[in-house]
Amino acid sequence: MASIANHPARREQAKVMNRYDITKRMLGLLHRDEAVIGGIGYSNFDLWAASERPQGRRQQNFYMLGSMGLAVPIALGVAIAQPNRKTIALEGDGSILMQLGALATVAARGQKNLVVVILDNGAYQITGGQKTLTGLGADVVAIAQGSGLTQSAWAADESAFEELIALSLKEDGPWLIGCRIDTDKPKDTTERNPPRIKDNFMRGLGTLKS
Amino acid sequence: MNAEPSGRAWHTIVIDVLKRHNVNLVTYVPDNVLRPLIEGIEADPFFTAFSVAREEEGVGIINGAYMGGTRGILLMQTSGFATLANVLASLPVPFQIPTLMLVSERGTLGEFNIGQSMVARTMRPVLDSLAIETHTMTRLEEAEFILDRSIVQAYATLAPVCFIVSPLLTGGKVFAK
Repeated sequence: MASIANHPARREQAKVMNRYDITKRMLGLLHRDEAVIGGIGYSNFDLWAASERPQGRRQQNFYMLGSMGLAVPIALGVAIAQPNRKTIALEGDGSILMQLGALATVAARGQKNLVVVILDNGAYQITGGQKTLTGLGADVVAIAQGSGLTQSAWAADESAFEELIALSLKEDGPWLIGCRIDTDKPKDTTERNPPRIKDNFMRGLGTLKS
Repeated sequence: MNAEPSGRAWHTIVIDVLKRHNVNLVTYVPDNVLRPLIEGIEADPFFTAFSVAREEEGVGIINGAYMGGTRGILLMQTSGFATLANVLASLPVPFQIPTLMLVSERGTLGEFNIGQSMVARTMRPVLDSLAIETHTMTRLEEAEFILDRSIVQAYATLAPVCFIVSPLLTGGKVFAK
């Protein structure tokens, strides 16, 4: 049976996976118009790239521009407003390190419909690959557990990642899933038009009709 | 402090106006002056209210909630506002998200902490440089009008608004020797 207890991997044991590939795998498991909040940088770009489909780009995605570190708080706000919709924050290691208090806020709220996915390559890749603090030894899953997010785990590999995502979509959260990722170039660049991003997202959530 | 026809305290007026406009999500970083407001909100089941570790989080939460269909407000003190320039410039302003902020004004009219008096001078220039609608609330009889009209305007024009509650309205924080 799927359970968080089946995922004891430590950061150094987790496989380094491809960012675009696991983003695509995650989106492939979404089947109830779940909301996805993309933080900044390459995780955002690959979310945009992986969301392109023949029938048009996935609408339930929000793409931040700036406001580094706020993917988790924005996702928490969406999750509070729409408690019947699972909401995923897709955030990089450099970003979450800026707003670690947000993990404790999510834990204190016990937000059942919230999933945090951390894409950790240990680097500020978009600015030239300088090491982040996770690249120097900080463990985001351990920090999350210490913040009260008891359902936090590293994805040991792609199949473990898929199992954890499926579990987080099915069972009550809050969840945090750590993924070690590579430094591959993103497949595309997100369109930079904030009102259009917001309007598309709100249409996807049913809060904007026109 | 001055007369208000119904005799309500400033914080009761704030609660009444928030309820009238269905603003039911409240995030805050506490402040002594805001205490009666926070206590009144926490005691009222109409509101979902909680503290955040940092003011930036509060902006993110109420912005996400707006996109999900819920109206919210962030309560903070002057020094907390000073942490927000980047987030305001990159989230509610460019995305055109109505964002209600209420700041308890420290740093003036009897401030005893030099850090507060210095950082307070950055608040209005930041708000002005981002062209954020701002009202300093000093008089009890004007409080309802300012809040009511500005909340309507924020949602109609998809813009942030900042209410600065002055010690002239609240009594402020008094220097305890």
